[in-house]
Amino acid sequence: MSGKDGLVPVLTHVDDLPDVAASSSALRRFLHGLPGVDQVGVEVRVADLATRSIKREAKRFALDLAVSMVDLTTLEGADTPGKVKALCAKGREPDPGDPSCPRVAAICIYPDRVAIAKTALAGSTIKVASVATAFPSGRAALPVKLADVRTAVDAGADEIDMVIDRGAFLAGHYEQVLDEIVAVKEACGPAHLKVIFETGELVTLDNVRRMSWLAMIAGADFIKTSTGKVVPAATPPVVLVMLQAVRDFHELTGREVGVKPAGGMRTAKEAVRYLVMVHEEAGPRWLTPNLFRFGASSLLNDILMQRRKQASGHYASPYDVTLD
Amino acid sequence: MMERLDVRKTYKLYVGGAFPRSESGRTYEVSDTKGRFVANAARASRKDARDAVVAARAAASSWSGATAYNRGQVLYRVAEIMEGRRQQFVVELTTGEGRTARVASTIVDAAIDRWVWFAGWSDKLTMIDGASNPVAGPYFNFSVPEPMGVVAVLAPQVSSLLGLVNVVAPVIVSGNTCVVVASEKAPLSAVTLGEVLSTSDVPGGVVNVLTGFTEELAVPLSEHRDVDGIDLCGVTDRELGRRLEIAAADNTKRVRRAPSAEPDWLLSNGGPRSMLDWCEIKTVWHPLGV
Amino acid sequence: MATSTVPDLVTPTWEYAPAPEARDIVTIRSSYGLFIGGRWVDTVEGSSFKTINPATEEVLAEVQSASARDVDRAVKAARTAFTRWSQRTGAERGKYLYRIARLMQERARELAVLESLDNGKPIKESRDVDLPLVAAHFFHYAGWADKLDWAGLGPDPRPLGVAGQIIPWNFPLLMLAWKIAPALACGNTVVLKPAETTPLTALAFADICAQADLPPGVVNIVTGAGETGRALVNHRGVNKIAFTGSTEVGKEIQRSLAGTDIHLTLELGGKAANIVFDDAPIDQAIEGIVNGIFFNQGHVCCAGSRLLVQESVHDAVIAKLKRRLGTLHLGDPLDKNTDIGAINSAAQLSRIKELVSVGEAEGAQRWQPVCPLPAKGFWFAPTLFTNVGQSSRIAREEIFGPVLSVLTFRTPEEAIAKANNTPYGLSAGVWTEKGSRILWMANRLKAGVVWANTFNRFDPTSPFGGYKESGFGREGGRHGLAAYLHAGSG
Repeated sequence: MSGKDGLVPVLTHVDDLPDVAASSSALRRFLHGLPGVDQVGVEVRVADLATRSIKREAKRFALDLAVSMVDLTTLEGADTPGKVKALCAKGREPDPGDPSCPRVAAICIYPDRVAIAKTALAGSTIKVASVATAFPSGRAALPVKLADVRTAVDAGADEIDMVIDRGAFLAGHYEQVLDEIVAVKEACGPAHLKVIFETGELVTLDNVRRMSWLAMIAGADFIKTSTGKVVPAATPPVVLVMLQAVRDFHELTGREVGVKPAGGMRTAKEAVRYLVMVHEEAGPRWLTPNLFRFGASSLLNDILMQRRKQASGHYASPYDVTLD
Repeated sequence: MMERLDVRKTYKLYVGGAFPRSESGRTYEVSDTKGRFVANAARASRKDARDAVVAARAAASSWSGATAYNRGQVLYRVAEIMEGRRQQFVVELTTGEGRTARVASTIVDAAIDRWVWFAGWSDKLTMIDGASNPVAGPYFNFSVPEPMGVVAVLAPQVSSLLGLVNVVAPVIVSGNTCVVVASEKAPLSAVTLGEVLSTSDVPGGVVNVLTGFTEELAVPLSEHRDVDGIDLCGVTDRELGRRLEIAAADNTKRVRRAPSAEPDWLLSNGGPRSMLDWCEIKTVWHPLGV
Repeated sequence: MATSTVPDLVTPTWEYAPAPEARDIVTIRSSYGLFIGGRWVDTVEGSSFKTINPATEEVLAEVQSASARDVDRAVKAARTAFTRWSQRTGAERGKYLYRIARLMQERARELAVLESLDNGKPIKESRDVDLPLVAAHFFHYAGWADKLDWAGLGPDPRPLGVAGQIIPWNFPLLMLAWKIAPALACGNTVVLKPAETTPLTALAFADICAQADLPPGVVNIVTGAGETGRALVNHRGVNKIAFTGSTEVGKEIQRSLAGTDIHLTLELGGKAANIVFDDAPIDQAIEGIVNGIFFNQGHVCCAGSRLLVQESVHDAVIAKLKRRLGTLHLGDPLDKNTDIGAINSAAQLSRIKELVSVGEAEGAQRWQPVCPLPAKGFWFAPTLFTNVGQSSRIAREEIFGPVLSVLTFRTPEEAIAKANNTPYGLSAGVWTEKGSRILWMANRLKAGVVWANTFNRFDPTSPFGGYKESGFGREGGRHGLAAYLHAGSG
């Protein structure tokens, strides 16, 4: 039970990872043996990082990077083909008046809209990300969830954003959560897997840390905070804890896992603060769309307005950017 | 009938729960207020003072770790045992302080009652001086008075029993241990009090009683780096007080200066400050989170 | 496995651009007099010294060196003012303090910049820690002024009289607030001597007293070095000395006041143990360790300068700590992103350097992150010493700089024994997720402040002060009033 450093008990080497998942009790011991997270300490750290003052070229860098990290999202019952196409157009060319503006990382939609997006994004490097596994509640039988995943993948999704079974997690059925992620990962085939925790339902930061490790052990490529359908969605303390988890996991295993805050982010200022957090907690290596994304919709326009302000020196109006 | 020859008591020191003679082998003559010989008291040396500090330090951890309820009962027990020794204290006050039997009796009553008064404070000091502090942040923060450790007490020179109780009880009630230097001229009731303490439930070393010359003992105690505080109550020479304070600064001892004149102990119990002066306030912070 | 890799737009190197706080919010006069009896006066001896910006060595202003005669004038002014000030109702005194608190808030940014200029501390700290606490302290004690009967000192407690107050250079304005607010609330008048390297915010405070229409003589500010302080301590016209500073000077003051009736409180040095158990919330513990010793360049009497880490997690903690130290920004104190500012003076820098070389000579292993230091000014990179013995000087002496000594322990008993194995007793830290162990530890630590799962938190309602050679008396909260009042009569 004693890890070499005591901080990640049981797990002393990457070879031990299968052992951790070998039995329900081993998995529980491992997750409950993770160091605790002091909520107030996390909030103090978040507040301290939020005082970073990002100016001039550092800000321009951050804003461009933020645009390139956006998973531009629409997840509504009212999503029509037209809405999805418009979003894809926005993603390809976020600021039509500024060719230097980067395009977004991905368009994030429901599985039955993947084909539309795939067509709309043809020829670009923008990824199509699809939510799946009975998003957003995750309350469906596993075969249904897997069928959901396959539908999206078959339609050409590059990335799958699955939701975990929060009920199983909160009931302490960690192995069930793990098995489900493993099954979904398999169903993903070549597609990248993002695992959505819905941290607003996990509530405690201890749970967020445990879920982070659980998802990484199960093979997640990205860990993601929220569906956007539950309040609170992404919060800085939650993202901080997830960033620390991916950093520690990388140090232990050499495997890089990405982080995606989703929902609740509206302003460029928030986005830059998240990037500061990424920079100082996970490290500069995570400052890439391959390892950090923003799941957002209205956030993009605020970043674009800030970009314009940086370029022109005066504040932009909301009508300077396109509403899609 | 032949008159019975009474059996006299040898007045010794009270250190670490035992009654040793001075390691120096010295005694000094104690007289009554009319100058008549009463007894030879032990004249403690600086080595006896050192031994007493060692004994007090050794007793500090368990005494301060006892529950307040327990300490209160122990102090109450002192009053109980004293009550049974009333007559001896009355006699010692008539010879040592020159009191009439009637006044001596009043003083002894007051001394016994004073133990009862202090005993009751053991579990209330923290209530009146501790607090939960409403800090401006997500933290639980509380302050509590805690015993500071080992206190040297130079007992009042005039009031050899009631004054003594009034400087010893407030020190130990919170969990400190002490080395007390008895009234130089009237040390006998202090030794008898030591006997009372040893037959009560006060653990050995919690109170250590030295008899002898105040200055000779006060100097090493004020210099001793393992003494946390010193009560100069029994210092009547201002210049000696100054020297003791200077020595005490070597480890920033908490010093209570001598009053300009001994108070009327019958009227004054010293109030809570007499106990809190020998406490440190400790403040603990902890985050409030889920 | 197929990849979803998006080509990087930019190489992920991100240097934060300079973000300096505007300096022109502050007007520093070329020279300052002494503030005595509500007026600026010149020293009778005519000697002066220069206060510099430790980050640039640029001269900020010329300040006078108060002599014994100047101190005497200040004490007399305070004595004269005492009669009426102490007779004002508590409510009226409180209103003056509320005014001061508001003025501090109104001028917070200016004072923060001034503090950083004169002291070298990062603007982030003077802006987010010092100034908010300064205002809060005045607010807290303002409210006490008319409630002293309920302070636990008996009915109708009386002020002591004239208080001589000597404060250090590490938190110039905050220490001023800790001294002046309770003294005035209780009805005392004060003569305050700021440290010679950081006099400017105290002199700015004189201006605030004027803006508040505080009666002349209630607050007097005399600048100068050790001699000025000595003159104040040896002035027999004061009723109280309150000192924050080194243990050595504290003892000297205690000796000076021997045989007098002058009251004394001392807030002295420390060598706090920050104790990390194997079940600590590790990432927050790392933050607490960093905050504990690198906050304010380690110029903190309650700094967690001894890291006591459970041996079973030593390597992991050190690895995480080193990674974290690599993210600290050292440099221009006025830059909003600076985490570590300048060492306050050349003298302090040489003391730090001396003790660090002692540490190396004693066989401890020194580690510092890659950290270029500015060419001008006084700087010292954050420093970590491992393999430190309990007997090592760097484990026993207060360094008062950004230098952390790491020791190990095996059991809670050993942690307590090592933590308490010091003449100091100001503060301690405990990191563990086990509640009963926290309380067990807190109970046994001989320290006036115990931070559990946090470190270096301050609040005006929270008493602060030490055990043993860290001094006596408490500042803050209800307990802080006892330092400025005679207990009531009944």
